[in-house]
Amino acid sequence: MSDVLKRVPIREQEPRVRAKNFDEVCLGYNETEAMEEAERCLNCKNPKCVQGCPVSINIPGFIEKIKEGNFEGSYQVLSEATALPAVCGRVCPQESQCEGQCIRGIKGEPVSIGKLERFTADWARGKGIKPEGAKEKNGHKVAVIGSGPAGLTCAGELAKAGCEVTIFEALHEAGGVLVYGIPEFRLPKEEVVKKEVENVKSLGVKIETDVVIGKSVTIDELMEKEGFEAVFIGSGAGLPKFMGIPGEQANGVFSANEFLTRNNLMKAFKDYDTPIKRGKKVVVVGGGNVAMDAARTALRLGAEVHVVYRRSEKELPARVEEVHHAKEEGIIFDLLQNPVEILVNDDGWVKGIRIIKMELGEPDESGRRSPVEIPGSEYEIECDTVIMSLGTSPNPLISSTTEGLETNRRKCIVATEDTGATSKPGVFAGGDAVSGAATVILAMGAGKSAAKGILDYLKEKAQ
Amino acid sequence: MFEIIRAENLADKIYLFDVKAKRVSDKCLPGQFVIVRTDEKGERIPLTICDYDREKETVTLVVQTIGAGTERMKDLKAGDSFADVVGPLGLPSELCEEKNLEETKKKKIVFIAGGLGTAPVYPQVKWLHEHGVDADVIMGSRTKDLLFYIDEMKAVAGNVYVTTDDGTYGFHGMGTNQLQALYDEGKTYDHCVAIGPMIMMKFVCKLTKELGIHTIVSMNPIMVDGTGMCGACRLVVDGKVKFACVDGPEFDGHLVDFDGAMKRMTQYKTEEGRALLKLQEGDTHHGGCGECEEGGAAK
Repeated sequence: MSDVLKRVPIREQEPRVRAKNFDEVCLGYNETEAMEEAERCLNCKNPKCVQGCPVSINIPGFIEKIKEGNFEGSYQVLSEATALPAVCGRVCPQESQCEGQCIRGIKGEPVSIGKLERFTADWARGKGIKPEGAKEKNGHKVAVIGSGPAGLTCAGELAKAGCEVTIFEALHEAGGVLVYGIPEFRLPKEEVVKKEVENVKSLGVKIETDVVIGKSVTIDELMEKEGFEAVFIGSGAGLPKFMGIPGEQANGVFSANEFLTRNNLMKAFKDYDTPIKRGKKVVVVGGGNVAMDAARTALRLGAEVHVVYRRSEKELPARVEEVHHAKEEGIIFDLLQNPVEILVNDDGWVKGIRIIKMELGEPDESGRRSPVEIPGSEYEIECDTVIMSLGTSPNPLISSTTEGLETNRRKCIVATEDTGATSKPGVFAGGDAVSGAATVILAMGAGKSAAKGILDYLKEKAQ
Repeated sequence: MFEIIRAENLADKIYLFDVKAKRVSDKCLPGQFVIVRTDEKGERIPLTICDYDREKETVTLVVQTIGAGTERMKDLKAGDSFADVVGPLGLPSELCEEKNLEETKKKKIVFIAGGLGTAPVYPQVKWLHEHGVDADVIMGSRTKDLLFYIDEMKAVAGNVYVTTDDGTYGFHGMGTNQLQALYDEGKTYDHCVAIGPMIMMKFVCKLTKELGIHTIVSMNPIMVDGTGMCGACRLVVDGKVKFACVDGPEFDGHLVDFDGAMKRMTQYKTEEGRALLKLQEGDTHHGGCGECEEGGAAK
């Protein structure tokens, strides 16, 4: 028997091998490994892990079934709470949620909840097991805008409750950020995302792609002309931010959104038509998960990659696992540094970047120590590509075309946290469109709360 | 899937498609565009809407085959389908808004269409005609074989002036030369809409600035999603960064940084060329594109 304080190690592709391919990094547990790891769960009476989960999965419950070798039972427990277990098991920041609360974590390593969730979901997918839909329809018709994690979750919950649900997706493929944002090597598209979307469809949810709400049709029209009684807005984050420094319009400067969309949604790394610039030396500006995704994608396309971030390693907003993987693969971190200018050659292409060194000063309103420039510390590095990964600001397409929908100072849609209700009756919202850029699981949590809010609203209206 | 109702070869490398797309035909207005994907592996290609029929639920798209994505379109016939048609995207032309009609009626308007620019100019001229405004149109191309929609345009415009750079049809010269010639004859305009290649719009703007004509251009930069998500289509207008897909595509031509925009257009030239080469040569492709593995197989 191995050390009970330690996790059963997870198998991964060798860093040197995976740095050259787009196959999934993490290979997951097999049945024996999963059952061994499941044994480490103490099955707490008052499970802290569940409190740490935005969609309140019965974590000890699904792990208990793995212990018993009842993987199908484990999947049933998972699907009660989540429509996307194979996604969550891969991209959730478990260390700060369920696993962060795990009692095992006090003395040793917390139970590998995420990897176990992934195991169960992958096992069920392999066996072709699908979640069960509603036995009876309740006669209510609801529209969901956006097929990302918030929309899929909300739609799935509503369908399970018997609603007739249609998801409207602006792009040609369903999945939102799971498809255009998160790269193949972290979240396989055909194998995982497509299948989880199929599972949501098998609950009875319809998905209409190529519909841009606010352009193709407005929310008011959906409610007045197309008979939808309620609408959930899960339209996601929106417009990429740039720094506003000289040279940013040069060729070879991309938003992380563009770079990742070309590669992930449009599959530029495969034999699809959409071109992508394969840089030789790439600078990624920013330190979040999206920055890590962009950096590791550029690396796989053959570049030397530097991540330039203005604070120190401790403040990197990206998940620890992502930073760890990025380093293993050979990404170079230039920390406490910030670009001041992008250098451009005569043809309008990036030829380098001028960077200033920073130090940490007093904590700002976010509680993080704010970076301060060190005068005279500027230096230049050569590069041919710069990827800006500085977050996004909300897309005004929906808020500007919907009568009576309140937005806040940051242009995010205002919605009540526990119900998702907006200022407009019958219209609910959640995910990045409300919170600004956050995580997949928080969006799913918001989608789930909103589904409950919508069901309560429909019930009340019917009375 | 979006069914093609009519497919026509209008001119050299220029193709017209009437496509069934109810959500687009219901809502679109002159000045807006759609994004089309031919098939699973195709690019998302932004195309201006040349005409629309709300009853038949169709939109008319005109395409010039220049890259791998558009090249595959040319073989499509009536009965075939596009994988995706999404829209209408972008803001409608201000000139074609009911609320501005009284003001518009007072103006002397000239459209200058270059090359494929005839396609997006047509619905604007048609809309104005249907609302009692007859605008003049200067429509030009490099040579006679590239001209299309002359009769259609004549049916809805005031005066139509056709030009070719090489003099093979109509006025020998470019749109700017024709406009200058009209001014030399004593004609004047208050409002100009120029749509065509960026270089042409740049020179129209240079001239109309001298002539003092307010000028609107429709920008057609590189795009990916078309909904504001990626920022690929950003350009500088009046010193500010704008996204053509959500803030445009029409802008005040005298405020657009054309040189910057044209440099950005070259961004994927080589990659697009490579994709086209691969498509044309198919299985017989054995190098030369720069993208090949050793031994010749295309990636």
